[in-house]
Amino acid sequence: MKLLTCPLNGPRNISEFTYGGEYHPMPDHQQVSSREWVEHVFFHDNNAGMVIEWWCHSASSYWFLAERNTISDKVLRTFPADEIFKQRIDFNPVPEPTPTTEGES
Amino acid sequence: MPFGLLKYGLNSEYPGQHHFNPATELKKHYDVVIIGAGGHGTGIAYHLAKYHGITNVAVLEKNYLGSGNTARNTAVIRSNYLTEEGVTFYRESVKLWQDLSNEFNYNVMMESRGQLTLAHSDAAIRSFRWRAEVNQHMGVRSELFDRQQIAEMVPNLNMSEDSRFPIMGGLWHADGATARHDAVAWGYAKGACERGVELHQLTEVQDIEVTSGRVTAVKTNRGRIECGCVVQAVAGASSVVAKMAGIPLPIHSYPLQALVTQPYKPILTPHVSSPHLHVYTHQTSRGEFVIGGGSDPYPLYNTRATLDQRETLTAAALELFPFLAQARMLRQWAGTTDMTPDYSPIMGLSPVENYYLDAGWGTWGFKATPICGKTMAELVATKKVPDIIKPFELERFYKYQQINEAGATAASH
Repeated sequence: MKLLTCPLNGPRNISEFTYGGEYHPMPDHQQVSSREWVEHVFFHDNNAGMVIEWWCHSASSYWFLAERNTISDKVLRTFPADEIFKQRIDFNPVPEPTPTTEGES
Repeated sequence: MPFGLLKYGLNSEYPGQHHFNPATELKKHYDVVIIGAGGHGTGIAYHLAKYHGITNVAVLEKNYLGSGNTARNTAVIRSNYLTEEGVTFYRESVKLWQDLSNEFNYNVMMESRGQLTLAHSDAAIRSFRWRAEVNQHMGVRSELFDRQQIAEMVPNLNMSEDSRFPIMGGLWHADGATARHDAVAWGYAKGACERGVELHQLTEVQDIEVTSGRVTAVKTNRGRIECGCVVQAVAGASSVVAKMAGIPLPIHSYPLQALVTQPYKPILTPHVSSPHLHVYTHQTSRGEFVIGGGSDPYPLYNTRATLDQRETLTAAALELFPFLAQARMLRQWAGTTDMTPDYSPIMGLSPVENYYLDAGWGTWGFKATPICGKTMAELVATKKVPDIIKPFELERFYKYQQINEAGATAASH
């Protein structure tokens, strides 16, 4: 039985968890180009070695992050998402551009 | 041929045939460098040499010939996909499979025993009907089977209505087949080597030199090679190798585990697959039951076997074939599946001008081996992307034109 340590619930059988994909810093969704957004959504580092990734403890729906080696399958540490996400991300749509008088360089 | 065989049989020494060129020094320059000597890599080399007259080709393999996913897959050949692009592509592949032993005069033990995919829900029946209609329209033999037809075709199957997920119907695909996976790589490599292609085993690519958007050389553990162009055919390491050329890919690499039982007398003719139970099985010509399933629950570059997956696979297999409860397991292994978001491959051009991709082969690479050899060789030789693989370009993700085959894979993942 392989164990994963949930920051909230402690060490549990890994079958209680759901893998949630690689952690990527999200580009600014209001400024990003279409190609960059596609790469953020679909593309992966898929690194052979250390990665930071999302996991969810299914029974308690608790999402957290883990540092794991994808060759040895050793989990270095797990930590709550608020280590990285310090403030709420605002997903409000881009405000309508206001007419400007001077051109931008 | 019969006389050759007779002579060989009467020979007291049974002289071995040398199928591949002996190890030589690497040349300084090759017109084409193919990374990966599995079925795909050797197939591309074979087609380049035989049909395009390009023989200054090196096939580089970090391990031995056919040692990667060519050796680790469960050898299923079929074309009952869902999208027009997918069905067209795999249909052509199945046609090439049917003549492959003749093509390179090497027996790949192709057996067209058909594939039966089981439905355990109304939703599955609906999607199978959809697939059958698409397949028939495209000239692929698929039809919907009811419970009686299934029971007649596979008498050992558990048709009980009291099971957890009773079988409600199935998709019968008469073109489904299996073949000897190693022989495919051997046959292609032999044909390529006979025509002057160099196979270099134990030669690992460690870096790829790219200058102003073009590959100029690859660095290996045996030295640096200049090259006219590079084709990567490294299922299971697609992201790692592409990264050397600076190309990001939409791939996650997951292990997929399979196991095989002790041999039985021939009792199961078709390949039987259940996407709902995440399991598929067929009886090999040696009598063993090969049992495969979905990928592991999270990505890993490691081909270890786990108890979890063994329990999941055997539980599902027993649900279908209760007599397997008595079977002893011979071995369990894993391959690495490069999963793409849309369950279709990534083939063709890359952002690097003379670097060609044959990647993202997830769980569907073996069946595509001959068509990949043919089309990728055509691309390398003519610099023009063949129409049949155009939809699988890397650029499709940037255009949101994915080719969704998630529902048509043998076991959902």
